[in-house]
Amino acid sequence: MHKLISLAWVFALLGILAVGGGTAVLPEMQRMTVSQFHWVTDKQFRDIYSLGQVAPGPNMLMVMVIGYRVAGYLGSAIVAFAFFVPDCLLTLFANRMWLRYSESPWRHAIQRAMAPISIGLMLSGTYAIAQLSIHNLMSFAIAAATLSVLMWRRVNPLLLISVGGLAYLVFFVATAHSATP
Amino acid sequence: MNDAGAIDDAEAAARDRPGLGDIFKVFLMAGAISFGGGVLAYLREFLVRDHGWLDDDDFLDALEVSETLPGLNSVNMSVIVGDRMRGAIGAAVAAVGLMLPGMVVMMTLGVLWEQQRHNPEVGHFLVGVAASAVGLLLTVTLQLGHKQFVRPLDLMIIAATFVAVSVFKVSLGWVLLVMGPVAIWLYRPRGAVETAERFTHLRDRFHSHRSHWRH
Repeated sequence: MHKLISLAWVFALLGILAVGGGTAVLPEMQRMTVSQFHWVTDKQFRDIYSLGQVAPGPNMLMVMVIGYRVAGYLGSAIVAFAFFVPDCLLTLFANRMWLRYSESPWRHAIQRAMAPISIGLMLSGTYAIAQLSIHNLMSFAIAAATLSVLMWRRVNPLLLISVGGLAYLVFFVATAHSATP
Repeated sequence: MNDAGAIDDAEAAARDRPGLGDIFKVFLMAGAISFGGGVLAYLREFLVRDHGWLDDDDFLDALEVSETLPGLNSVNMSVIVGDRMRGAIGAAVAAVGLMLPGMVVMMTLGVLWEQQRHNPEVGHFLVGVAASAVGLLLTVTLQLGHKQFVRPLDLMIIAATFVAVSVFKVSLGWVLLVMGPVAIWLYRPRGAVETAERFTHLRDRFHSHRSHWRH
């Protein structure tokens, strides 16, 4: 019971703090779920994040798997509710107010101000995933190759990410094979 | 865009409002076929191009609000667009539609992963996926922030935010509580220049999003 309440308030808090989207809240999510509550390890956090990349829709649905690890299906339902519902309600009402004050210069000021903060937070989120996944030349090469391909042209991200995963897998199977003749 | 436009849009929306079933179907489709943070691109394609429920300006306006408010941008977009079409019920239907396919797949993958997570091959595959995601996240961040990265003031805010979170490990709540008001003060309204700037800004946003989605 205590665990369920912790899950609910932690993910409600993370949802409210997700200014700039899901990537922006990743470092805080890692800090709370790994270091503070020990619900998952760093490696598990990374693996669950990767699962979110392979599933369709918003990547952040991966929070449900953290809930599942802690408290089964009930845990994932609570996490989904806590993470998404408060934000949806906030957006519903804030947007209606936003429309009423659409001519206010302050609306523009807030949007201008939040944009660079969001970008900085997204960089931090990217950095957090990089720290969890880039430990050797091969993983660095996969990240660099993905970046280069996407800078060059639009490719389905699922395809790119699957190729990245398979490349790393093949690399390890191949090196393990050559190490044990 | 402005009051007159909003009233016209409201009248137009009242005339032929899409049904809840249509809203659900469109968002369900966007939620089912988008990967790697590509939800917004599909939403734009479906909502603006295929169904004409919004024009490009409406879409970008809603996107700006989605990006400013907390929460996932794609989910916020669903709430705003759904609310516009059919009020609060429309918002709920759109958000649930968007997330439902992902929830089912995510839970299936999560249960399979629980059983297989000690399998080293699964582990290697997921490390590769995460490494690839770093490239993807960096691309999205650079594209989304390409205007901000070249403005010195914005760049300073970006750097301060990044250093606070990633180097000094300041908790996100404090970063937002301090950086938010500071940045808003730096960008506080200062008279007539703002109007002209706002138009330039919106036009820039339009082009940046366009290039972001088109390729």
